[in-house]
Amino acid sequence: MIYLNLFWEFLKVGLFTVGGGLASLPFLYDISDKTGWFSHAQLADMIAVSESTPGPIGINMATYVGFSTAGIFGSIAATIGFIIPSIIIVSIVSKFLKKFNENKFVKGAFYGLRAVSVALICSALFSVVKISLIDIPLFEQTGVFFDLINIPGIILAVICFFVLKKYNPHPIVILGASAAAGIIFGFLGIM
Amino acid sequence: MKELLELFLAFARIGGLTFGGGYSMLPMLQREVVEKKGWATEAELMDYFAVGQCLPGVIAVNTAVFIGNKVKGLAGAVAASLGVISPSIIIILAIASLIQNFSDLPIVQYAFSGIRVGVCVLIFTSVLKLFKKAIIDKFTLILFSAVLILSVFTDISPVLFVVIAAFLGIIASLLKGGLKK
Repeated sequence: MIYLNLFWEFLKVGLFTVGGGLASLPFLYDISDKTGWFSHAQLADMIAVSESTPGPIGINMATYVGFSTAGIFGSIAATIGFIIPSIIIVSIVSKFLKKFNENKFVKGAFYGLRAVSVALICSALFSVVKISLIDIPLFEQTGVFFDLINIPGIILAVICFFVLKKYNPHPIVILGASAAAGIIFGFLGIM
Repeated sequence: MKELLELFLAFARIGGLTFGGGYSMLPMLQREVVEKKGWATEAELMDYFAVGQCLPGVIAVNTAVFIGNKVKGLAGAVAASLGVISPSIIIILAIASLIQNFSDLPIVQYAFSGIRVGVCVLIFTSVLKLFKKAIIDKFTLILFSAVLILSVFTDISPVLFVVIAAFLGIIASLLKGGLKK
């Protein structure tokens, strides 16, 4: 029963993936080797699509792998399997947190955790900056400082920032406008 | 029932408008969950992110389960997590069955070079908001700087940072309490 197998395999992926969708990759390669449902090359394509469509990457991967293995129901089986460990484990932790909310140890832990949470988000920001606003490989090739910075990208970023500060639009407005700017810059050959 | 539907729809919006990993959903969460619906405070959102990091599963779903649970218990958790995954299912199904080589299309690549810039700015403004709430004294500033430097320049797992920070947080707050007396 392929649906049950998909459900079970992705339940295991969901259970053992800690810290973001890309952490599930080793497990997906493992499934590929074990079951032959998809090849490593197909997996590479699926990663590219999962990264370039909306939605969390881990979920997109589960959906895509499930679909290419066993159609629509396969994709639903894989995705539901993938999220069930989260629902169970996080619900238990959340009950615990609610109960011990006022406990001085829990409060102390969060005092440290919040600082780390912001630091980790900051470091995620750097990795997005690295692939969008600066071009290290090109700089290493040419050694020209202006090749290091993606100037149209920086201009776009500054405009987005001031629009956000002044008008506080919904994030999707910023994303839509920057997608349009990317397409225009791209076809003009300047970004 | 109405609340469950609201959770489902809010998280479907968040899931459908998130590009990239779980962190890029932060600006959307701040807008929908904190500012629009008032389901959680910004501090709680940070707690969920930190704890969600070290639990199995993807951060987006873990955060959805935390908030769903807070609003409406287990049913809320299920509604929120189904919400966060449904756009993925619909979009991936459409792309997988209709478009071959989707991510090789020039228009898709150009759009994403723009979207990534937008994501940078959105995460940056989120960080600015959160920084003021989380970095409140010398201890948190040192912790923040140390973890930022280590996570940018090394491959140490975030799980380790989170565990150590929780431990140091407990010690620091106990010491502070002790000093006050």
